[in-house]
Amino acid sequence: MDFTVLQRAALAVTFGVCAGAAAAQATKLEVPVLYLRQEVVLPPVLSNLDPVPEDLGIAGAEVALADVKTTGQFLGHDYALTLVSVPPGGDLAAAARAALPGAGVVLMEGAPADLLTVADLAEAQGKLLFNVASGAAALRSQDCRANLLHTMPEDAARTDALMQVLQSKQWRNLALIVGPKPEDAAYAEALRASARKFGLTLVGEKTWSFDTDLRRAATRELPPFTQDLPDHDVLLVADEADDFGRYVEHNTWLPRPIAGSEGLEGLGWTPVLEQWGAVQLQQRFEKVAHRNMQSRDYAAWAAMRAIGEAVTRTGSADPATLRAYMLSDAFQLDGFKGRALTFRHWNGQLRQPIAVANARALVTLAPVEGFLHQRNETDSLGMDEPESQCTAFGG
Amino acid sequence: MTRLALLLMTIALPVQAGEIWVTNEKDDTVSVIDADTLEVVKTYPTGERPRGITFSKDFSRVYICASDSDTVQVMDPATGAILHELPSGEDPEQFVLAPDDRHLYIANEDDAVTTVVDTESRTVVTQINVGIEPEGMAVSPDGKVAITTSETTNMAHWIDTGTHQLFANTLVDSRPRHAEFTADGAQLWVSAEIGGTITVFKAADQTELGKVRFEITGVNSDLIQPVGFKFTPDGKKAFVALGPANHVAVVDTATLAVEKYILVGRRVWHMAFSPDNAQLFTTNGVSGDVTVIDVAAEDAVKSIKVGRFPWGAAMRPTKG
Repeated sequence: MDFTVLQRAALAVTFGVCAGAAAAQATKLEVPVLYLRQEVVLPPVLSNLDPVPEDLGIAGAEVALADVKTTGQFLGHDYALTLVSVPPGGDLAAAARAALPGAGVVLMEGAPADLLTVADLAEAQGKLLFNVASGAAALRSQDCRANLLHTMPEDAARTDALMQVLQSKQWRNLALIVGPKPEDAAYAEALRASARKFGLTLVGEKTWSFDTDLRRAATRELPPFTQDLPDHDVLLVADEADDFGRYVEHNTWLPRPIAGSEGLEGLGWTPVLEQWGAVQLQQRFEKVAHRNMQSRDYAAWAAMRAIGEAVTRTGSADPATLRAYMLSDAFQLDGFKGRALTFRHWNGQLRQPIAVANARALVTLAPVEGFLHQRNETDSLGMDEPESQCTAFGG
Repeated sequence: MTRLALLLMTIALPVQAGEIWVTNEKDDTVSVIDADTLEVVKTYPTGERPRGITFSKDFSRVYICASDSDTVQVMDPATGAILHELPSGEDPEQFVLAPDDRHLYIANEDDAVTTVVDTESRTVVTQINVGIEPEGMAVSPDGKVAITTSETTNMAHWIDTGTHQLFANTLVDSRPRHAEFTADGAQLWVSAEIGGTITVFKAADQTELGKVRFEITGVNSDLIQPVGFKFTPDGKKAFVALGPANHVAVVDTATLAVEKYILVGRRVWHMAFSPDNAQLFTTNGVSGDVTVIDVAAEDAVKSIKVGRFPWGAAMRPTKG
């Protein structure tokens, strides 16, 4: 990955004379944004049908960059995006220390420990960082940092959204298959907690331990594997690495719908979103990236657009000013999901609807009608204020 | 005596018959509603994803934005026949016909431009760069100023129609959808769907005069999303469609206060008055119908089933 990907999004437009409330300023306001990525070695998966795009995340930031640059041209604001990508095993802290002085705001991809390493650097104090990749609960709770906001939804928001749909359909008895990886276990725990939260029953659970090649054996292996599960309405699959999950559907002992990491999924973004102007956003994305927009792309897009919105409304590129505006009641981001997106003031999580969808169509955009909340219905998804142990935001 | 008075009134005020034309975004049709019987009397096929719709001054032609066909279709309203198509730029969504009855100003949603088309020579006069996702279009009553709102840039762009240059760009709240000048040209109103407000500008100097805000008991504030709106002919009230809040607000244009909320169909988009202005017809995208509002009583009186995802609405008088 190099910087040419940024140039393909550059806009070459000239505008007429600007005047009035949005008058072009004599001096341009520079808004340098850093995209800092810790590359990881992805685990081998059974199928190569859906490779992970190399520009996952960054492509979303590029599309948003083009958007905010256009707005900036009317206002005298100039945005720039720099990518620093650290190879697997590379020195992330050193790369961050070198790059941070050149940018006030940072979009970050990495494991929770990587994010905390960077957020705690002396060079990161007074900066504004965005987690665009990790859904880990701890980052929104005991491990939260005042300089770290989150545009990627937490895992619990995705599982809560799914459980709202299952509860509203009265599909209340669930069985669960958990993959062998730590992230599978974490996602399974989020599924269990969400099931409890919305009054659903987990009737049985099995751990996936097979090492057979499912491309040949799925029809033979999965029926007996699922045969001894108690009867259930929906079979949940926790397979966050996208390893075996694709082979579960239609290979089970009982004819049951699949949900979780496969089948019906709770997602930050999905290409099957059609309403709320989503199609326009995806068309802009496809022109740049030549592929569908995914959740991490959307998280990076939302972070860049949040920065643009705050700069536009405050006329400042100062990270403290931008942070204060984003956490205030005045901030609202049009996220193409039918409601204004805002930040939770207790842990810096972007408050957003979650798509509950299959591969072909949206089922519901959660919060599902009828799930109420005293502050905002969207806060029925994910960690609410009393549940978060975060104190860095003054809570 | 009473009977004579009634008779005289009937003579003095002949009932003005008319039709309401509604574009069905996901059916590729227009539904024609008889404004007297409140029935759909005709359905005509259009290009793909019809949205904006407007009539020529003499109502002899109807212009339809066929967004996914990348064209503006010109239809004979008497027969439903497509007379010809106009070059429109990519993905035309909304447009406005200038007071000269000749120039169309078209928002090209995917291209971040406003296209000016001469409907007589059927040529593109010019294209003007604006913000991302242009949508709302308005032109001042004197024809000197055109407005494009851009949904993602969150601005109203002020275009000098003489030079086709932008002379002002004014920020509004998130996702501006629709713009209208007041009949006297003194004010410009711009609705912001995600922001949940209407910003009112003084047209003379583009300064902000105030904002209309909405609040409905029992409806989460982020679902109150103003989109299309219309002023009453006397200019005293504005009817504002509130999208997924499923209500139309009645706004006092002098105080900018909301007087009433009228329950209509689901995801209300745009609206048109009947020829006598006694009724208002709203398009309800998700419920696939049109709500008829009694303007004087400020109440919904009927729902009319149309095609899938009705979007735009325009009135055509048929006699009287």
